[in-house]
Amino acid sequence: MVDAIRVSDLTKFYGPIQAVDHISFDVKEGEIFGFLGPNGAGKTTTIRTMVGLTQPSSGTAWIDGHDVTKEPVEVKKTIGLVPETSNLYGELTSLGNLIYQAELYGVPRKERKIRSVQLLEEFGLKEHQEKPFQKLSRGLKRRLTIAAALIHHPKILFLDEPTTGLDVMSARGLRKLILNSKKKGLTIFLTTHYIPEAETLCDRIAIIVQGKIRIIDTPENIKAQVKETEILEIGLDQLSEDLKGLLLSLDGVEKVLIDEKRIRFHTRKLDQVTSPIIKSLEEQGAKIQSINTLSPSLEDAFVKITGFDSELMRVDKPMKGGPES
Amino acid sequence: MREEIKKSYFIAKKDMGTYYLKPPLISWGLMLPIVFVFAFYFRNPMGIKEVVPGLIGLTLLFSCTSMAAIVITFEKRIGALERLLLAPLNFRTILLGKTLGSTLFGLMVAVFITLILIPLMGLSVKHFWAFILIFIFSGLAFSLLGILISVGVKEVFEAMTMSNFFRFPMIFLCGVFFPVSSMPFPLPILSYLLPLTYTVDGLKHSLLGDKGMIPLTLDLLILLAFVILLFSLSLFIFKKRIRQEF
Repeated sequence: MVDAIRVSDLTKFYGPIQAVDHISFDVKEGEIFGFLGPNGAGKTTTIRTMVGLTQPSSGTAWIDGHDVTKEPVEVKKTIGLVPETSNLYGELTSLGNLIYQAELYGVPRKERKIRSVQLLEEFGLKEHQEKPFQKLSRGLKRRLTIAAALIHHPKILFLDEPTTGLDVMSARGLRKLILNSKKKGLTIFLTTHYIPEAETLCDRIAIIVQGKIRIIDTPENIKAQVKETEILEIGLDQLSEDLKGLLLSLDGVEKVLIDEKRIRFHTRKLDQVTSPIIKSLEEQGAKIQSINTLSPSLEDAFVKITGFDSELMRVDKPMKGGPES
Repeated sequence: MREEIKKSYFIAKKDMGTYYLKPPLISWGLMLPIVFVFAFYFRNPMGIKEVVPGLIGLTLLFSCTSMAAIVITFEKRIGALERLLLAPLNFRTILLGKTLGSTLFGLMVAVFITLILIPLMGLSVKHFWAFILIFIFSGLAFSLLGILISVGVKEVFEAMTMSNFFRFPMIFLCGVFFPVSSMPFPLPILSYLLPLTYTVDGLKHSLLGDKGMIPLTLDLLILLAFVILLFSLSLFIFKKRIRQEF
């Protein structure tokens, strides 16, 4: 496969703060490549540098063979970017916004309306074509922003946190649209802080923390990093925080994760720790509702690789000011 | 080059259709010049002939600069300017598009006022093509002045306030209501540094029968020089600010 994107030793400083720290990777033609990391990890800075919105402090990126620092206009012809904030023109209608984007991207006059209507149909927006962008719901705005990024048939689509702030149904619909775009041969680079989203959508994932890439691989291979670890999940009728310290002190337990009324024990000695754990819980008066053994998830691998609590990934970035509803 | 001009036109067309109803534009770009015209007219209906060139120049100044302030700062605030930076356009095309949109809006308002005032005052236009060129060069220069101010600020109100630092002194310094020649030293030096002086002077040539202080051709050349200078300066600052902010 040919490289659609190649990033070499990319670094970005904002004053004394280093947002991106010497990162290198490549994205193959036709794959969905995900940048997974908590807020402030450097995902958006990387994407903005790769598309020519921000100048790198050092290093560069080649997009479809064009150096972004030397040929930014050529790069912009090849790509579509969906920024984190849906930032189309509030006063223009859905159709008006798409036609305006088609004009700016040099789509031939005869094709502008045809292509716009085709995208509105594809993205389920046909009935909203005469509505001003500012009157659309957040989910529909997001769809239209993606449609606008595809107006000129780009080879590569960049999506910055595509489902942030969307309700479950809208997010699910959007993920389907992203997978359909891949089927049509589009290369997709996306950033996300939702671990399940990265696992569902991406062929390969780069985990980025504090501006540095910790690992790049397929979700399966990343999960294999914690293969030797087994997980015992116990459901309880009620849970107290005091239990965590007590359970962590048990011999053979490496990590304890508490999620509402479930406790997950990470261990390499499942046979040896199961009985002492159950005994300890019962001694504390906890009523056990269920016991399961699980395979390690991408979330487990993320926790192991980064050393961060996965709760950190559930925190949404505050939405920036913009024409969102 | 042709492609650049075409894309600039698309930007201008979109701006014209999108922003003409924005409140700051209505109050500063449309109402204020019209109020000036009516205030002078009702005070002395037949005595404002001498200030018609000044009123037309003032209309052009306020409408062009107000539109320029909106098209940059408003889009910066809502994040829509980023869409232009993402499109395969260079900075020059974006700036040209924004300037054209502001100029066309200003010209429409100024032509509307002119079409009312000329027959009302019984005036006629001499040097027709020079008259048209004065409108175009002045519109471009004032729009660029507005853009120059607005690229440096974040909010629309800041751009309007900053613009007024330049616009209000120009009302008194550029021969709108009284001739530059009657001003005490050193004020005429300041007058010669401001584009509105040459707009008003050129319009006086066309509407009041060659009553200008310098030759009409010189007015046109100086206005053209302002356009080139302000475009180069705006482009330099626009690039610099965008690189700082993004």
